[in-house]
Amino acid sequence: MDHFPTNWGRPRNDAFDAYGTYPLAQRPYNGPKDTFEAGVQRTQQPIVTGTSVLALKYKDGIMMAADNLASYGSLARFKDIQRLHPVGNNTVIGAGGDMSDFQYIQSLLDSLMIEEFTAQDGHSLGPAELHEYLAQVMYGRRSKINPLWNSLIVGGFKDGKRFLSYVDLLGTTYSASTLATGYGAYIAQPLLRKAVEGYEDVLTEEQAEKIMTECLKVLFYRDARSLNKYQIATITTKGVNLSESRSLDTTWSFAEGIRGYGAQTQ
Amino acid sequence: MFRNTYDSDNTVFSPQGRLHQVEYALEAVKQGSAAVGLRSKTHSILLALKRSSGELASYQQKMYRIDDHVGIAIAGLTSDARVLSNFMRQQAMSSKMVFNRPAPVNRLVSAIADKAQVNTQEYGRRPYGVGFLVIGLDQSGPHLYEFSPSGNSYEYYAMSIGARSQSAKTYLEKHYESFADCSLEELITHGLHALRETLQQDKALNVNNTSIGILGPASVHETGIAPSGPFRILEGDTIQPFLDTMIPKDAPAPAAAPAATDEDVQMQE
Amino acid sequence: MPDMVSLSRAASGQPSQFKTPYSENGGTILAVAGSRFCVVAGDTRRTDGYSQTRYAPKVFRLTDKAVLAVNGFSADGNMFVNKVRQQLEWYRHGHARDMPLHEIARLMQTMLYARRFFPYYVSNILSGIEEDGSGAVYTFDSVGSYERDTCRVAGAAQSFMQPYLDNQDDWYTRPSVHYKNQRSTHSSSRPTQLPLSSVLSLVMDSFVNASERHVEVGDGLEIYVVLAKGSSLQGLEKLTGAQEVTATSDGERVFTVRRSLRRD
Repeated sequence: MDHFPTNWGRPRNDAFDAYGTYPLAQRPYNGPKDTFEAGVQRTQQPIVTGTSVLALKYKDGIMMAADNLASYGSLARFKDIQRLHPVGNNTVIGAGGDMSDFQYIQSLLDSLMIEEFTAQDGHSLGPAELHEYLAQVMYGRRSKINPLWNSLIVGGFKDGKRFLSYVDLLGTTYSASTLATGYGAYIAQPLLRKAVEGYEDVLTEEQAEKIMTECLKVLFYRDARSLNKYQIATITTKGVNLSESRSLDTTWSFAEGIRGYGAQTQ
Repeated sequence: MFRNTYDSDNTVFSPQGRLHQVEYALEAVKQGSAAVGLRSKTHSILLALKRSSGELASYQQKMYRIDDHVGIAIAGLTSDARVLSNFMRQQAMSSKMVFNRPAPVNRLVSAIADKAQVNTQEYGRRPYGVGFLVIGLDQSGPHLYEFSPSGNSYEYYAMSIGARSQSAKTYLEKHYESFADCSLEELITHGLHALRETLQQDKALNVNNTSIGILGPASVHETGIAPSGPFRILEGDTIQPFLDTMIPKDAPAPAAAPAATDEDVQMQE
Repeated sequence: MPDMVSLSRAASGQPSQFKTPYSENGGTILAVAGSRFCVVAGDTRRTDGYSQTRYAPKVFRLTDKAVLAVNGFSADGNMFVNKVRQQLEWYRHGHARDMPLHEIARLMQTMLYARRFFPYYVSNILSGIEEDGSGAVYTFDSVGSYERDTCRVAGAAQSFMQPYLDNQDDWYTRPSVHYKNQRSTHSSSRPTQLPLSSVLSLVMDSFVNASERHVEVGDGLEIYVVLAKGSSLQGLEKLTGAQEVTATSDGERVFTVRRSLRRD
């Protein structure tokens, strides 16, 4: 039975729809075809990955931190990768997850900022606008079942206001005074909350940096995909400041005394 | 205007370097009833004269809301205006959706100007037959722009378009320096004065033929307006208090208090 | 509904396959209709596996007579609210007034069903004031089935908040159902309509209970109250933290009330 009333009493020719009666979705597709369609794959899993990004609010603005490692599975593949990316003068994007997807996002944002700049009309995209844009991009890609495999933190300071927000590969967003992605969400976030919540307006840059390095250290001790080489970014009234790569001071001598793991039995 | 050898195709210049179709489109704008726009430090406003085709017909809509922070007044072909205003509404919404920010006003105006320009250059098209006054409020304060079918857009302190708009322009040119510090009520009074210059001999502004569009904090005659001062269109009885502030044209002293009974005053050109 | 698509709970340390475009972000929403008011509430916690954030609102003012609460996958929820708002904006452009509540409800059905085969993973509760001045609650499933109701809970704590509210001793909802099913032990006549103040304390209590028992409920409570045209404030003015957010002068008034909930 043909349930489409306009077809009733009409000659039926599936190859040629003379009356344009079929619903649009049922019409044969005559557009360009991709011969290798069956061979095209969409992102199923991240390949070269970055781990945690940490961020917090403090007295003068936002501070973010991420290490310089991009892993290939369990291999520490690239040890000088920058995972904090300044966008304009008021925003820094930090990324965990797939690094090639992140570098694609960087190029998206850079062209966006160039387009905005060329308008030359006094309007500029701040952290809130960029976060909304990223959320739309990430949600759009997940809706095509072709996600950009990242957890992103957007930190910024514009018009006297601090901004800190998160968006991930599903388009899920959060906002809070401390944020962390990857293992940082489990290991560093509780430490950050304890140190920052309620003190956002009194913490100095020195104090904030101490909290950050402490968290990075804890992460380096426990997260096998992390590195003791990291960068810290601040976004304040003075604009964006991204530090050179630094090293964490860590002690491993205590490992000698640990018993119960691996080969040692005594 | 006479017909011309070089006017049947808008992509062909005349030997004088003119595009006649574009100039005819500008004429279409002049056929429309007048609209006036003014700007102070705090407000942007529009005033427009509505026409009706006869006793039995209602008055044609002259103003459209684009977003909370943008509004337009039109002169010319209403159907063209609807196409362009819908486009502006889409742009405004897309800015909200993608960046969560109100669309910068100048970019909205540039966007329609670019659309209009295409129609002055591509074969088989015709220019839009409508002109806009666009008011907007964004980070950089209140704005007033004129858009015309030629694809031009300019920002103004005060501007008028439509039939007999030159008379309104003359008024605005005489007074515009004082607009910046005007209160909203004073600004509207100036606007009404300018608008009445465009009237025919035996006509007067009244609650039926006048529209007022406002952007900025509420006036003393308005209630229930959010503090951000979103775009609103005043029509009908709500504009009576503003009409009452007009000073009759033949009154010698502009400082004189507004007469309470100036509704019946006959306007002169 | 959660059976339709399986949600992955992969630990984030391991690179996992992209199994589902959905997530479930916890929290609970609730709406109650009074005769000439309505109350819509939601907690402000948003969870993502074991992670959590404290303030992510899921109750939104659409117009001065309609409030929408969304619960489920927050990215879908936010997108859906945005899309509804866009439709309402077009309606405002075309009609120079706000869309009436029952029309918004039907619009939402259409929008949800349009995504029947890739649904918004969201439970919606729409509430507000009808054109006749009555308080109303519309409840939706993720693909658009909807009905008008008087009291509805959705989300993480639905399973124990809904019965809690249904079984309030002096509960007033649809006497034809609740009254018949439940014999009052009081001889005194039950009130046919609960006053706003009682509804508010009931709402606050039920969220306090939910945050005690459910890990995904807590941090903050955001309540919207919509009053019909010409209603008195009924004690709202004395309520600490009550704030008016009315935008037009149509007559209906919208208020928000914020409370903190357990943060652990």
